[in-house]
Amino acid sequence: MILITCMGFFMARNKTTQKKKTFIMCILCIMVLVGLSGRLGYLMIFCSSHYTHLADVLHERERDIKAARGRIIDATGTVLADNRTVCTISVIHSQIENPQEVIEVLCRELDLSEEYVRKRVEKYSARERIKSNVDKETGDRIRKLDLAGVKVDEDYKRYYPYSDLASKVLGFTGADNQGIIGLEVKYEEYLTGQKGQILTLTDAKGIELEGMGEKRNEPIAGNDLYISLDVNIQKYATQLAKQAYATKQAKGVSIIVMNVKNGEILAMTDVPEFDLNEPYTLIPELEAEAAACTTQEEKQKLLNSMWRNGCINDTYEPGSTFKIITATAALEAGVVTMEDNFSCPGFIIVDDRRIRCHKAGGHGAENFTQAVMNSCNPVFVTLGLRLGAQRYYDYFEKFGMKQKTGIDLPGEAATIMHKVENIGEVELATISFGQSFQITPVRLMTTVSGIVNGGNLVTPHFGVRVMNQDKDIIEEFEYPITEGIVSADTTEKMKYVLEQVVENGGGKNGRVEGYRVGGKTATSQTLPRGTGRYISSFLGFAPADDPQVMAICIIDTPQGQYYGGQIAAPVVRQLFENILPYLDKMDYNQ
Amino acid sequence: MSEQQTTGKRKKERHNFDYVLLTVVLFLVGFGLLMIYSTSSYEAGIDYGDSAYFLKKQMTSTLLGFIAMFFVSRVPYQFWKKWDAAAFLGSAVLILLVLSPLGLTRNGATRWLDLKIITMQPAEVAKIGAIIYEASIISKLGKSLKTPKGLAVVLVPPAILALMLWQITNNMSSAIIVMGIAVAMLFVAVPDYKYFVGLGALGIAGVTAIVFYANASDASGEFRMQRIRAWLNPEAYSTDTAFQTLQALYAIGSGGIWGKGLGQSMQKRGFLPESQNDMIFSIICEELGLFGAIAVIFLFIVLIWCCMVIANNTVDLFGALLVVGVMSHYAIQVILNIAVVTNTIPNTGISLPFISYGGTSVLFLLAEIGIVLNVSKSVRA
Repeated sequence: MILITCMGFFMARNKTTQKKKTFIMCILCIMVLVGLSGRLGYLMIFCSSHYTHLADVLHERERDIKAARGRIIDATGTVLADNRTVCTISVIHSQIENPQEVIEVLCRELDLSEEYVRKRVEKYSARERIKSNVDKETGDRIRKLDLAGVKVDEDYKRYYPYSDLASKVLGFTGADNQGIIGLEVKYEEYLTGQKGQILTLTDAKGIELEGMGEKRNEPIAGNDLYISLDVNIQKYATQLAKQAYATKQAKGVSIIVMNVKNGEILAMTDVPEFDLNEPYTLIPELEAEAAACTTQEEKQKLLNSMWRNGCINDTYEPGSTFKIITATAALEAGVVTMEDNFSCPGFIIVDDRRIRCHKAGGHGAENFTQAVMNSCNPVFVTLGLRLGAQRYYDYFEKFGMKQKTGIDLPGEAATIMHKVENIGEVELATISFGQSFQITPVRLMTTVSGIVNGGNLVTPHFGVRVMNQDKDIIEEFEYPITEGIVSADTTEKMKYVLEQVVENGGGKNGRVEGYRVGGKTATSQTLPRGTGRYISSFLGFAPADDPQVMAICIIDTPQGQYYGGQIAAPVVRQLFENILPYLDKMDYNQ
Repeated sequence: MSEQQTTGKRKKERHNFDYVLLTVVLFLVGFGLLMIYSTSSYEAGIDYGDSAYFLKKQMTSTLLGFIAMFFVSRVPYQFWKKWDAAAFLGSAVLILLVLSPLGLTRNGATRWLDLKIITMQPAEVAKIGAIIYEASIISKLGKSLKTPKGLAVVLVPPAILALMLWQITNNMSSAIIVMGIAVAMLFVAVPDYKYFVGLGALGIAGVTAIVFYANASDASGEFRMQRIRAWLNPEAYSTDTAFQTLQALYAIGSGGIWGKGLGQSMQKRGFLPESQNDMIFSIICEELGLFGAIAVIFLFIVLIWCCMVIANNTVDLFGALLVVGVMSHYAIQVILNIAVVTNTIPNTGISLPFISYGGTSVLFLLAEIGIVLNVSKSVRA
């Protein structure tokens, strides 16, 4: 054809320019088209990977496959937090063939209102979720009906076999299986699995394209957390706490059981507990308050208060149990010896203030051991004054009382203490018998453990190790121990004194037949004073000569009798009666 | 190479259609229908419940187009010479009718006439009208073409049509095409080059000035200025003005050398708006790759070449100009369309001849082929 044109040129006569120009125009157009082909080549070869990537991002939709969360397993191998297979029911509008049937079935099976289901079935969307956390049997039943456009996806939901046992310790998970409180949130990084993905191609409206293939990245299950908590001890402790809570009509009862040597917590309960499988359902105690709630915010506040773990999240005035610290500091500083004699007239004057002993008329003549057994306020005030504010404060710090214990639970409360320069004689006197400052129960327990175990300030903890699904150890946890907070001599003296408290003193209700138990009682008036409201507590450990296990029981606002020695010590006694033989058998006392 | 061979070939063509041209056109139309089905079936299936919805409509128009082509190819082309005034006035009236109750608004633009049985775009009539008017007037003017009066007679009517298309139907692309056809035909008819070189230089200067102005203007500017700014930097306007352009680039780029295979486009699944219309070429790129795209461009080159050969072998100026008009019409639309989808020029709605979806377009494109075929029957021995 080029030939024809060329010939045409030569043969052209009077219209040469016109033909030439037609040819030129044609060639120009072809040149432009060749140029555009070059541009296409550039776009489709050199820019291809860039645009392909952008297009893939645009076309691919990820659908997550939830990973099973790691379990929480106690010292006996009992699973405390598990996963249950549940189903999520959703509908895909474009695939529904018989909307009426779909609506009827879903209403019936899922117990939902027709209006609710209809709105979702008729909504033009890629995928509309009807209901999550449907139990597996219902899901299977719906799947069997094989309704076009109805999707049943399997999913995991956290399940706590013991409902309210150790609820405030374990914590629970939210809608996306993420930890909300307790160990669930503290060990989130170990427990949470890696989500898998189903990558599907979709059109611009997000509708999955069938037959276009899909990529699947399998999920990786989370690792199991092994904790020191012992379900049997926890059950005893909870049972006793509940009993005290009911009989004493208390506001709350907390019990902590800890391994004195290494800080492993064997039980921690803070009654009233809540049902971990229904964490958003208020317990009966709060229902009256809930009825008064008008805003969502108020309801949330109530839930938060229900989830609070009094053992670590709240501070209290320890009262007489704190005399252990005063006595230890005094022995360490040498301001008192075991042979020192005192005389209690029933009160002591500090500055111009008259501080009364709890025994009207006084304890009379008594030695140091007897003063501790009597929990005699004037003696401890004397010890405090002998130490002086600065020295007392230094011991307070040395015993770790100023710091948090570092327990592996979220939200540990800090000690509320006077500044050293603000401690006058009156303040020093009140501090000496455990008033005018606040600490958490676990803080007190940790320091007392350090005093009786030979001076090792341990870190209280639950987490022992993390293992994957194949039982390979992923991580073995180690916790810091501060050694030498007290001398061995002081430890021996304190063990003796505290055993005497239980054997012959105010803590005799804590005695356990066949075991040597040491301990100290406390009864402190709550703030504001004068309301007749008390916190009664007892801290005990056994065996007294070589302490292995320590327990503290705190009864908040008991009705009727309120002396720690009368109501809290028996609780610890019953606990020890049950768990000491068990611990022997379990070989915990190594 | 010998004279005899060439003469022999020409003799054969003398009283017959140009079969190469006809074959290329048939192939393009067939390929176009295939690609319309490929690009539109997914969306049509969702929106109309019939995946062949657009295909069926286009097949009807194509059938009408072939009937028109057949009849037009039987009409001796000299017949059109008398129709100069009618072609111009007819086009103008049809454009004006858009303002009457017959006017039909789609996608916010009133560009269609609702003729009850069918709908049509006056712009497509104006293009063929301009070709007939120009060919007829230029060949009638003869030597007086170069006088100011002659130039006015040649250039003012298409300018009026272009202005009407632009202002009344808000269709700048068709205005550019009508004006382009007129200038191309004048370029061929006038022996001089200097005017056109000057015109070209002026055009380049003007375009450069507009681009600089647009680039300097702020984001709130007029929408054509925004389109220019979006053209310069499509990724910055990815959600609005440059959305379609960018989606077209995704389609083209993800096609690669070999393409994803016929029917495998992802971008046609709702991502690229108007994928069966102005943007069909980008889906061709995505599905058939660089090779498919260049094959299509090659077919258009063959089409243009055939027209050139026919134009240069006609016995009279009128016939040659008709073919040149049709050739420039095709060439301008193909170039502008491919330039738009590859973001070589700013986005303006221009369809790809014979392939893009559009009833009126394919009908008149085939009618124009009818004229060319008739001219080809009488090529000089």
